[in-house]
Amino acid sequence: MTREARALERAGTERGEGSATATPDAPPDAAGPAPEPVQKPPLFRTAVRKRLVPYWLLLPGILWLLIFFAAPLVYQASTSVQTGSLEEGFKVTWHFQTYWDALSEYYPQFLRSVLYAATATVMCLVLGYPLAYLIAFRAGRWRNLVMILVIAPFFTSFLIRTLAWKTILSDSGPVVGALNSLHILDVTSYLGITEGQRVLATPLAVVCGLTYNFLPFMILPLYTSLERIDPRLHEAAGDLYARPVTTFRKVTFPLSMPGVVAGTLLTFIPATGDYINAELLGSADQKMVGNVIQSQFLRVLDYPTAAALSFILMAAILTMVTVYIRKSGTEDLV
Amino acid sequence: MTALTRWIRRNLAVIAGLGTLAYLILPNVVVLVFSFNKPNGRFNYEWQRFSTEAWTDPCGVADLCGSLSLSLKIAVWATIGATLLGTMIAFALARYRFRARSSVNSLIFLPMAMPEVVMAASLATLFLNMGVDFGFWTILIAHIMFCLSFVVTAVKARVMSMDPRLEQAAQDLYASPAQTFVRVTLPIAAPGIAAGALLSFALSFDDFIITNFNAGSTVTFPMFVWGSAQRGTPVQINVIGTAMFAVAVLCVLAGQLAGARRKRS
Repeated sequence: MTREARALERAGTERGEGSATATPDAPPDAAGPAPEPVQKPPLFRTAVRKRLVPYWLLLPGILWLLIFFAAPLVYQASTSVQTGSLEEGFKVTWHFQTYWDALSEYYPQFLRSVLYAATATVMCLVLGYPLAYLIAFRAGRWRNLVMILVIAPFFTSFLIRTLAWKTILSDSGPVVGALNSLHILDVTSYLGITEGQRVLATPLAVVCGLTYNFLPFMILPLYTSLERIDPRLHEAAGDLYARPVTTFRKVTFPLSMPGVVAGTLLTFIPATGDYINAELLGSADQKMVGNVIQSQFLRVLDYPTAAALSFILMAAILTMVTVYIRKSGTEDLV
Repeated sequence: MTALTRWIRRNLAVIAGLGTLAYLILPNVVVLVFSFNKPNGRFNYEWQRFSTEAWTDPCGVADLCGSLSLSLKIAVWATIGATLLGTMIAFALARYRFRARSSVNSLIFLPMAMPEVVMAASLATLFLNMGVDFGFWTILIAHIMFCLSFVVTAVKARVMSMDPRLEQAAQDLYASPAQTFVRVTLPIAAPGIAAGALLSFALSFDDFIITNFNAGSTVTFPMFVWGSAQRGTPVQINVIGTAMFAVAVLCVLAGQLAGARRKRS
């Protein structure tokens, strides 16, 4: 509440007006009808109007979210228990079997999504941390330039950039050639993340694309939390004869935990639902749950199954995120 | 230990960070290089020979520039809508204490924590059952919906960190509430609003997943690129990609320069 509003409210109560009617939820006309139309204290009316200000500010945006975000989710829930066909129409029959059918048929895609997203998240952390650290502590006057180079790819169409990975990882390209001559592809094929002499259309390519696409979402929160660390703490650790590795392990990393948690969430959640990387860089063997939802909804037109799949995905992610936030003990990060 | 290994050990973070930076920039470089390619077939994935054809004729492919201008139009309107609604919510959350505050906060947070494909499918289900025709309006509604939270977060952070004494000082100097808002509050909140707007524009312009579900037969630029991945990618796509990158870098640089100049004066 602003200072002025408080003063006005005080003025209102001094005039003998009960503040009970001036609850925040009171509709605009709660101030009237005044018992005597002769004298309506103007200050009191302003006070009520002031209290309604936040609600008027919220109204349009919140309505938008309720109608186009919350209501669709409820609608989706009812769709997932419908049966029927496109020709005859769908009816709510409380057919929970759809969930079971979807899960038993598409559990490989679910597991794969979680596995790929988790791997990409770890890769993002491993790759993103040094860069965030570099920007926060070592870049000096180059900081802004490096920052621009991190953010600018955001503004280029990410589909175009993902397609560029097709060029980079192409079978006759230099990357595959180098990996091949170093016999790395033999090792990765043995591990089952690539096949034969190629990288495209293998799990490695999809994880590489996911890592690439979500890396900025990891770097930015990491940078924000690293930047808040007082560099004198590093000096203090050095003065106490901590080696750089120890300083990192005992001072820097623990203090950057909010960034790590926020970054991993921002990477993991969208990566699990993504279907673009699997579609463009993978093959039929790398389909993720997003691909299944997309094809069920847009091609097969089996809406109940698509709805059930989305709900299972949402529930799975919410569960994992809740457990993760509990474990990491930073509940106040959002 | 030789001097070299010692140097490497000391600068390990810098070296690894630069490596990541290279990983981030590599596709952009490839997009740039391949915008000068003259491919043999329909796909522009292998280097053939140098040509500036695509640069001199960026709209030479059917529907490409149409989809581009549609995407721009949607992004502009989505930015205006989301920034307006989002800034209002952000002010309400940052300035006022009211009962529904925490539920509003979670309603703002949820769209950002939801996998896009879930939101996309739900919204499309709603539109489908309401018998709404898919097209420009459904895309715009969806884009405003998912940009809103990002604007709220950006603006809220800025307004929260603002010194309330500045506004009190303005009022002590007999500024009316409206004057205080326009002359004091708004200028201080402006960087947050600008960041929110910029983010909305980028998110809306680049969005594929939600658009894919809610566009019907309307083709935005990302959907054009998606389709071309199956049908054959024209070189012009790389030209547009490079131009977008250049414009983005220039905009950010200009913003930085303006900020630096203001700080000096």
